[in-house]
Amino acid sequence: MALARAGVGRLVVVDFDNVEESNLNRQYYFLDQVGRPKLECLRENIERAVRGCQIDMVDMKLERGSMFRPFGDVDVVVEALDRASTKAAFIEEVMLRLPEKPIVAASGVAGIGASERIVYSRYGKLHLIEDPEARSSDDDVLLAPKVCLFAHYQANVVLEILLEVNG
Amino acid sequence: MTITVNRRPVEHVEGETVGDLLKRMKYSFPLVVVKIDGRVIAKSAFSSTPIEDGSSVDVIHLTSGG
Repeated sequence: MALARAGVGRLVVVDFDNVEESNLNRQYYFLDQVGRPKLECLRENIERAVRGCQIDMVDMKLERGSMFRPFGDVDVVVEALDRASTKAAFIEEVMLRLPEKPIVAASGVAGIGASERIVYSRYGKLHLIEDPEARSSDDDVLLAPKVCLFAHYQANVVLEILLEVNG
Repeated sequence: MTITVNRRPVEHVEGETVGDLLKRMKYSFPLVVVKIDGRVIAKSAFSSTPIEDGSSVDVIHLTSGG
């Protein structure tokens, strides 16, 4: 949503899930969208907010060996997954299979407070926004304030890369 | 005989693999991405990839949630 509002012209969104009520404490959906595919709802919400953002929807579950495929022709890959096992596999696969592609990832988004611990580290093409001391969301809460801080930090880095400020 | 792990100097052990190093450093966290001199090492190759003297190793820990 932040990228669309900032004027990014094309987003490739990959997801296979439906909106659940438990997503609403942090993700950009509404009560009347519960039960519907996230892809469709996200497109609807972006189109209600801004003009001129093309949204390519890819309805697939990310699985090892094929998860890099939808991202062949994008400028930047954004990791926005919840389970850490998928997260690590996704980052590893994108960096191995699309070595020239910048990827912006987040780690440690669970919890409340500690905003000042969030740091930006760069490892070659991997741009990581992380709270190094955060616990896993498996034993902590996920809530809009911190999740959105990370998401918007990621979006801000994406803009820098797109504008080659930090390329 | 030194390598760098997450920007800190660590003694190099002849014949040590990525998997061995993670154990020695007590990086028991299951979800990591490892880079040696900027090159990503697939998790499936951790036990077969030796670490050469002078290498710079990044072990990037990932916590779930999003």
